[in-house]
Amino acid sequence: MNRRTFARTLGVAGASLLPLHHRRAVGEEHRKEFVGVLVDTTRCVGCRSCEFACAETHGFPEPNQDERVLDRERTPSVTQWSIVNRYSTAGGDVFAKKQCMHCNQPACASACLTKAMLKTEEGPVIWREGKCMGCRFCMVSCPFDIPKFEYDSPIPKIQKCTLCWDRLERGKIPACAEACPAEAITFGKRADLIKEAYRRISSQPDQYHQHVYGEHEAGGTGYLYLSAVPFEQLGFPQGIESTAYPELSKDYLYAVPIVLTLWPAFLLALSNATKKENEPTDHEMHHE
Amino acid sequence: MNNRNGSLALLAGESRRFARFLLSELKPKGKLLTPFNVIAACILCVAAVLLTIRFSQGLSSTTNLSQDFPWGIWIGFDVITGVAFAGGAYVVTFMVYVLRLEQYRPIVRITVLNGFLAYLFYAGALLFDLGRPWNVINPIIGNSFGVSSVMFLVAWHFLLYMITEFIEFSPAVAEWLGWKRVRKALASLTLGAVILGITLSTLHQSGLGALFLMAKTKIHPLWYSEFIPILFFVSSIFAGLSMVILEGSVSQRVFRSQITPHHRASHRGIVLGLARVCAGTMYVYFFLRVLVFIHGQQWTYIATPMGYWYLVEMVVFVLIPVRLYTQAVRFENIPLIRVASVLTLIGIVLNRLNVSVIAFKWYAPEHYIPSWMEIEITMAIIVAELIVLRWVVNRMPILRSLPERPVDGAAHAIESLKEQPQWTTST
Repeated sequence: MNRRTFARTLGVAGASLLPLHHRRAVGEEHRKEFVGVLVDTTRCVGCRSCEFACAETHGFPEPNQDERVLDRERTPSVTQWSIVNRYSTAGGDVFAKKQCMHCNQPACASACLTKAMLKTEEGPVIWREGKCMGCRFCMVSCPFDIPKFEYDSPIPKIQKCTLCWDRLERGKIPACAEACPAEAITFGKRADLIKEAYRRISSQPDQYHQHVYGEHEAGGTGYLYLSAVPFEQLGFPQGIESTAYPELSKDYLYAVPIVLTLWPAFLLALSNATKKENEPTDHEMHHE
Repeated sequence: MNNRNGSLALLAGESRRFARFLLSELKPKGKLLTPFNVIAACILCVAAVLLTIRFSQGLSSTTNLSQDFPWGIWIGFDVITGVAFAGGAYVVTFMVYVLRLEQYRPIVRITVLNGFLAYLFYAGALLFDLGRPWNVINPIIGNSFGVSSVMFLVAWHFLLYMITEFIEFSPAVAEWLGWKRVRKALASLTLGAVILGITLSTLHQSGLGALFLMAKTKIHPLWYSEFIPILFFVSSIFAGLSMVILEGSVSQRVFRSQITPHHRASHRGIVLGLARVCAGTMYVYFFLRVLVFIHGQQWTYIATPMGYWYLVEMVVFVLIPVRLYTQAVRFENIPLIRVASVLTLIGIVLNRLNVSVIAFKWYAPEHYIPSWMEIEITMAIIVAELIVLRWVVNRMPILRSLPERPVDGAAHAIESLKEQPQWTTST
C-alpha cells in the first residue's frame, strides 16, 4: 500500500465517524411528544376490567373469570397482552397491571434487524407481521420479558401490547384506560403524566412511595407507575438501570466502521511488508 | 474454454462431456454400506421427519423453547459455538496470505473448506430456528434495514463472509473442473477475499458476543460483561485453531490416501506451530477474563453453585488446556496437543452455552433443557456437513494437488481424476 491509499483510508475512517457522533446527539431528542399511560396502583381495585377489555378489543379469547388466577403471579402471554397481578406487600395486597412498557428507546426495536419491532413517533412500540423473521432477539433483549412468541404455530407471531395503536389512529384511547372504573389507568402525553404523577405524590406524600417508576427506568418508559410500596414488591424486574438499553450495544456498533475501514488497510500493509523481494506486486499480478 | 474456432458441434460435445463428468462425480465413491453411512442415513431420515413436524406444527412440537428461553441449542450450540469453531479459517488465511508463513500452506484449503461448510450448515441451521424463515430475506434486500441491530450486522457478515470464503476456496473448484484460466482469475482475488474475510470475522465473531449485551440483567454476572465481544473474538482464535488441530489429526487417518508424503511430513511442524499460537492467545484470553472478574468485583459470586461452575470452565477448560499446550509445545508432544485441543474445544462449548443458555436466566425456576429432537437435528446438521466435506475432499484437490494439465477442458479432468486414489476408509 502506498501513502496515498493510506491517507485515503484514514480519511474514509475519519469521515465515517463524524456523522455517527452527530447522530448520537440528535437521537436523544424526540421529534414528537410521546404518549403514555400512568398506572396508579393505589387506586387499582383488581377488578381486571382492563384485562377483559384488552382481550375483547384485540380479538383474544375471554380471560378466565375465576378470581383464583390472581393467586399466582402471571405474565402477559400470546393471548393476553395485559394482565393484572396481586402482590402481598408490607402495605397489604396491591394490584398491578403488567404489559409492554413502551420504552422511549426500546431494546426490542433496536434489536430487530428487520424493523418489525418499531418505536412509532407517537410512542407506542408496535410489531409488524410482514417484516419479522422470527429470530426472537427482541425477547432476549427486552429487560421486561414482554414480547411473546407463538411457539405452537407454523406461522408464528410476536404478541405484545401495542398501546392500542389501531385505536389511537382512530382517535380513541387505549381500551384498558377506557375500561378502568377506578381511574387507575390514565392515558395522555408522557410529559403531562409525569407532572400529574408528581402532583399526586406531593399532594398526598403519605399515600405514595416517592418514586415514579418508568420516569428513568431503562431510559424512560411510556408506562409510568405510582405505588404506596417500593416497586421491588410489585414484581418489577431487578437491576434495571436508568441507561437506555440500546446504549449497551452502541459502543460495539460504533467500533464496527472503525474496524471495517482500518483493518483492511492494516492487513494490506502487513501483507505488503511481508512480501518477498522476487514476488510480483499486486499490480503486476492483475495484468499478467 | 478454447472453442474459439467456433464449431458448435465441438461445443455441444464438450458440454455433453462436462455434464457426464459432473454426473459421474455426483455418484458416491467407495462402499456404500459402511457403518458411518448407515448411521448417518438414519440420523438424516429421523431429522427429515422431525423437521417436517417442526415446520407444520411450530417450534413447540420439536423444541423445549419457551417464553422465558427464546434461544436454545440451535442458536447457542449450532450457530454461536459452530461459528467459533470455524474461526480457524480466518486465522490460518491470515498466517499464510498476510504473514506469508508458507509452512502452513498445506492446511489452507482444508481449513477454508471446513470453515465455509461450517458457516453454510451451522448458520444455515438458523433457518430451522427462525419462526418466520420466509422473511429471512428482509434484512438483505433492503426494504427494512434494522441498522441499529447487532443481529443485522451478524446476518450481513455471515452472508459476506461465506462469499469471501467461497472465493478463497474457488481455485480448488476450478482445478477440479480443469478450468485453468478461470482458476487464474479466481486466484488473483484471493488476497482481497482474505483481507475482507479477516475483517468480517473480527466483527462477527465479536458480534455474536455483542448479541448478549442487552441481556444485561438476564445473564449471570460472572459471564456478563461489556467485554463479551472482545472475549468472543479472542477465544475464536484458539477455538478455531484447536479445531484445525483436531481435524488435522482426524484427516491424517480418514483421508490417508489423499495426503501427499510431503504434507504428512510437514504435519508435525504445523501442529506444533498452531499449538504455540493457541497457547499464546489462550493466555491472553485467561488474563482478560481474570481482569474482567477482578474489575467487576465478582468475588462474592464464587461461593455459589454458579461460581463453582464458573471455576470449572475457567480452571478445567481454560487453565489446564493452556498449560497442556505449553508443556506439549515444549516437549514436542503431539498426542498431548490433541488432548489439549479437545479440552479447549469442550471449554468453548461450555463458554458459549454458558453465555447463551446455561447462565442465561440462571434464576429461572424452570430452566431450559434441550429436547432429544433438538439434539437429533443438531447431529443431523453435523452429519450432513461431514458427508459434503467427504464428497468434496475425495474429488477436489483439497489435501492433495492435481497434476498440472497442459490444456483446459473437462475431458482432461475426467482423465486425471480416474487416476486419483479412491475413497477407501470405512469410518
